[in-house]
Amino acid sequence: MTPPPLINALPARRPSRWAVGALALGFSAYLIYEFAASPNIQWSEVWNYVANGQILAGLGLTLVLTVVCMVVGIIGGVLLAIMKLSRNPVLQSISWCYVLFFRGTPVLVQIIFWFNLSLVFPNIGATPTNQLITPFIAAVLGLGLNEAAYMAEIVRAGIGSVDEGQSEATAASGLTRAQTMRYVVLPQALRAIVPPTGNQFIGMLKTTSLVSVIATQELLTSAQHIYSQNFLTIELLIVASIWYLVATTLATAIQSVIEDRLAAGDRTRRTSDVLAFWRQTLRLDRKISPIDWTLTK
Amino acid sequence: MSSSNLPTTAATESAAGTPEKTVIVDAQQVCKRFGGNLVLRGVNMTVHEGEVVCILGPSGSGKSTFLRCLNGLETIDAGRVDVDGQFIGYEQLPDGRLRELQAKPLAKQRMETGMVFQQFNLYPNMKVLDNITLAPIKARGVPAREAKADARRLLKLVGLQDKEDAYPKQLSGGQQQRVAIARALAMKPKVMLFDEPTSALDPELVGEVLNVIKELAANGMTMIVVTHEIGFARDVADRVIFMADGVIVEEGPPSQVIDHPTHERTRNFLARHL
Repeated sequence: MTPPPLINALPARRPSRWAVGALALGFSAYLIYEFAASPNIQWSEVWNYVANGQILAGLGLTLVLTVVCMVVGIIGGVLLAIMKLSRNPVLQSISWCYVLFFRGTPVLVQIIFWFNLSLVFPNIGATPTNQLITPFIAAVLGLGLNEAAYMAEIVRAGIGSVDEGQSEATAASGLTRAQTMRYVVLPQALRAIVPPTGNQFIGMLKTTSLVSVIATQELLTSAQHIYSQNFLTIELLIVASIWYLVATTLATAIQSVIEDRLAAGDRTRRTSDVLAFWRQTLRLDRKISPIDWTLTK
Repeated sequence: MSSSNLPTTAATESAAGTPEKTVIVDAQQVCKRFGGNLVLRGVNMTVHEGEVVCILGPSGSGKSTFLRCLNGLETIDAGRVDVDGQFIGYEQLPDGRLRELQAKPLAKQRMETGMVFQQFNLYPNMKVLDNITLAPIKARGVPAREAKADARRLLKLVGLQDKEDAYPKQLSGGQQQRVAIARALAMKPKVMLFDEPTSALDPELVGEVLNVIKELAANGMTMIVVTHEIGFARDVADRVIFMADGVIVEEGPPSQVIDHPTHERTRNFLARHL
């Protein structure tokens, strides 16, 4: 039998995709033009301040604050989640109250509260409170402890997503609940925990700007400082936004690398599938391999 | 789960005691309820060393629940379960009252029973070898090198010596279940409990798992197997137990229970499954 010719069809017509694409392109081109051509924005000043020392120092502090607060939040969140899922009613209640309180009051209030702790407790031990609670410490306490309450719910949901058969298997083989958590449940829960944690991380990058209220010199505060002197308000806000965008884009990239790695040995949809879609759409990898007829009979 | 109103069953010594063989599992008047539903209504079973017991019965008869009571995955509401001479899940205080065991001693008791589940329950985040060595290393404290050597020996036993680096998802159901058997054996348990080990398998994969279990039986492993495979039970079991509605309806050698059942329910069940 002679093999039939391979099908090499044209893709289906998708006019709506092109129409929406054109609209989106046109609109963004218009916006970019308006901003670029605006006589009220001095773009040269933007480039002057992008690598300004004070801005970079602010960026550094923003990054440090974000990482430290997320570490506090993640460790606290895991502990709170394990407490809530434990069989110990005392630990359950503590976790429940913690989440109720820290998720139930505005994070801004918490930051200001920690900064003003000396109004309640003038001294902690022998040291004056104000010496202990620097603006940085107050920022870490405010943001980190608040974050822990949110992370607790994320981790709890992640643990809940692991099949119960897993802990039955570990229990049946004589492992304790702590060992089960550490070696079997938490590693599997990570897959459900990482995406929302990435979200929280990116949120935290921007939420750190709240600590400007207690005069911590992070990115936004540094920008505000400069424009309060030279009145280049929009220019410096653009500078700050550029750095926030760079940081969040990097964080997003790191998140998808972690997600792909956790998906090892599993065929679920990966982040890089979006890239695959564009390659295919733009016909960058259009190859049809011939059928090997010797294999089929 | 109130331990106060437990009848203090003064271990009714099995009347027809076989003197030579040690008793491994001794269950007396085991009762279990889920809410208002009494799923086990006083089940008695004594299993001696090297014995293979198959439990048959319609779904909902309580056979899986009974199996899970034997290693404390379910706490019992009345009666008692002893495995290797230890009261599972409770300790008896000097004044005769019972106290629920803490997590650690309970975990220790469970090391003596190996369990194989219907859904395999392998750890998907670990390679086959790590699945097998986890409990020996972490629970028993076996040195890693020794545990690995032992795991390889067990993989050979179940015919999967070339799969130690595979992840569970890369294996067929039958292969996964054989790994699960190796994992349970790695703790060197006194008794193996099988909870419908072939029910989740494609028909053509059932045989390979049953063959492994048969080989264990030939090697003198003490086993309790909840199964729907009547032919397998006839081949392997020293004793067949037929359960329905939370009680043992009939028990005895397969030639009696499977081939010449005396009870109506057993006959009806077998008629549908043969």
